[in-house]
Amino acid sequence: MSTLHSRRAAKVMLTPSVLLLFAWMVIPLGMTLYFSTLRYNLLMPGATPFVGLENYYWFFNDPAFGVSVFNTLLLVGGVLTITVIGGILLALLLEQPIFGKGIARILVISPFFVMPTVSALVWKNMFFNPVNGLFAYIAKLFGVPPFDFLTHAPMFSVIVIVAWQWLPFATLIFITSLQSLDSDQIEASEIDGAGKLQQFIYIVIPHLTRAMTVIVLIQTIFLLGIFAELLVTTNGGPGVASTNLTFLVYVRSLLQFDVGAGAAGGIVAVVLANIVAFFLIRIIGKNLEA
Amino acid sequence: MARKKSNQYRILITCAAWGVALILSFPIIWTLLTSFKTEIDAIASPPKLFHFNWTIENYFIVQERSDYFHHFWNSVIISIGSTLLALVIALPAAWSMAFIPGRRTKDILMWMLSTKMMPAVGVLIPIYLICKDLGLLDSRLALVVILMLMNLPIVIWMLFTYLKEIPGEILEAARMDGANLKNEILYVLVPMAIPGIASTLLLNVILSWNESFWTLNLTGANSAPLTAFIASYSSPEGLFYAKLSAASIMAIAPILILGWFSQKQLVRGLTFGAVK
Repeated sequence: MSTLHSRRAAKVMLTPSVLLLFAWMVIPLGMTLYFSTLRYNLLMPGATPFVGLENYYWFFNDPAFGVSVFNTLLLVGGVLTITVIGGILLALLLEQPIFGKGIARILVISPFFVMPTVSALVWKNMFFNPVNGLFAYIAKLFGVPPFDFLTHAPMFSVIVIVAWQWLPFATLIFITSLQSLDSDQIEASEIDGAGKLQQFIYIVIPHLTRAMTVIVLIQTIFLLGIFAELLVTTNGGPGVASTNLTFLVYVRSLLQFDVGAGAAGGIVAVVLANIVAFFLIRIIGKNLEA
Repeated sequence: MARKKSNQYRILITCAAWGVALILSFPIIWTLLTSFKTEIDAIASPPKLFHFNWTIENYFIVQERSDYFHHFWNSVIISIGSTLLALVIALPAAWSMAFIPGRRTKDILMWMLSTKMMPAVGVLIPIYLICKDLGLLDSRLALVVILMLMNLPIVIWMLFTYLKEIPGEILEAARMDGANLKNEILYVLVPMAIPGIASTLLLNVILSWNESFWTLNLTGANSAPLTAFIASYSSPEGLFYAKLSAASIMAIAPILILGWFSQKQLVRGLTFGAVK
């Protein structure tokens, strides 16, 4: 049993972390909330009158808002679909008895360590570029006119880039999860005459459910905040065709200096993320008890 | 799966796995190859895979033109600085929650995790304005502090899950032998926790190295780490593929190599122990 003395020590040791995180969460968020109720533009110094929910009204009625929410969800959904399905298949493949498994795994995992600005630039210039890109060359080989990916399919291109970065993460977690699969269960099912497909549907998939949930939720947190890839490749365009919520807030506040509108957008982003976080916290919390 | 697989199956599945692995890592391999080409070879059609004039001059040009080492050094200071700072603050907290759990320990852990869910863009404006007012807009200090705060929950969580695996009896025994709190931590706990601490450091250096929201928004020429350094290549200069490739390789190589060693910790750290 811990003593009264050690309890006090525990509190002292915990305090700095708790205070810092509390301040980090409450102060800036409170300021954002406050700014979102002001008419506040950095280009127009002077009075910053209270305008209530006006910023939200304009933000919600901004044609870019609908597009950005749609793009945010499209980006999250697209990348999640690719990484979860691709991740399961890759994990199953890499768990087979292959030669040079270690090196093959390193190759698959590598994209995760490439910083977003580098992967975005490499894809943009060396693959998607309609003149010198590799895809343009491949198109030429087949006699098809080269396709300008970033202009005509900006969201698709960004999804490809981001999925490429996150596929290794999903794969790695599925591999970890597969390794804890009970081999007795597989053998028992084999004796009972289950085929490969049945094993996959009734044993492997249920076993991977928790890993899948964790991947979906954690990636969602990161994917809601995708920024660098957009900045470097499409710059949110053409027009606002590839602007997501994060990028829209950046444009409003740091490029157009409209602090009020930007802050309102920031609060919308926080609410969106909190809906996701609510589920994530519950699942991880449940796991902590087990 | 204990069943013996035939050799033929092994060879077939090996080819498939390696094929997929090479496709997925191809952008990196291609960038590496291009970085050794001349600019003319870099945009040659048909593309040249290996048969070109190998040169390493691109690397020197990148260093000369954009002062790679300056930005490399910024990245090192920001990522290692923020990680160490987080470690110093997190270690006592993780220690106390792992060994002297109270009634609300679980709630505190969950709450800490929830701070990680806050999207950066929600606090972009206040942080930007605070930094502007304090004259920290183009400084490494601001980034060290911000990235420390961003990663603090992950650091606490990782340390917590590692420390929890150390049996409490050993600490009780040390206490019985008359060790005070300081000695207990210094001579018993730290040596046993070193592997966990090392993994925590590794993962967080990687995360901070690649962080590209705050590093892009709060830095200028002076304090820009490699994430921002490379973003400057998206201007017309980026059309020089060989140099772009050399700069890219220089930006990712250190962390790529570190990353290969951290596969296991990555899963543990990023899933908060939920997948083992």
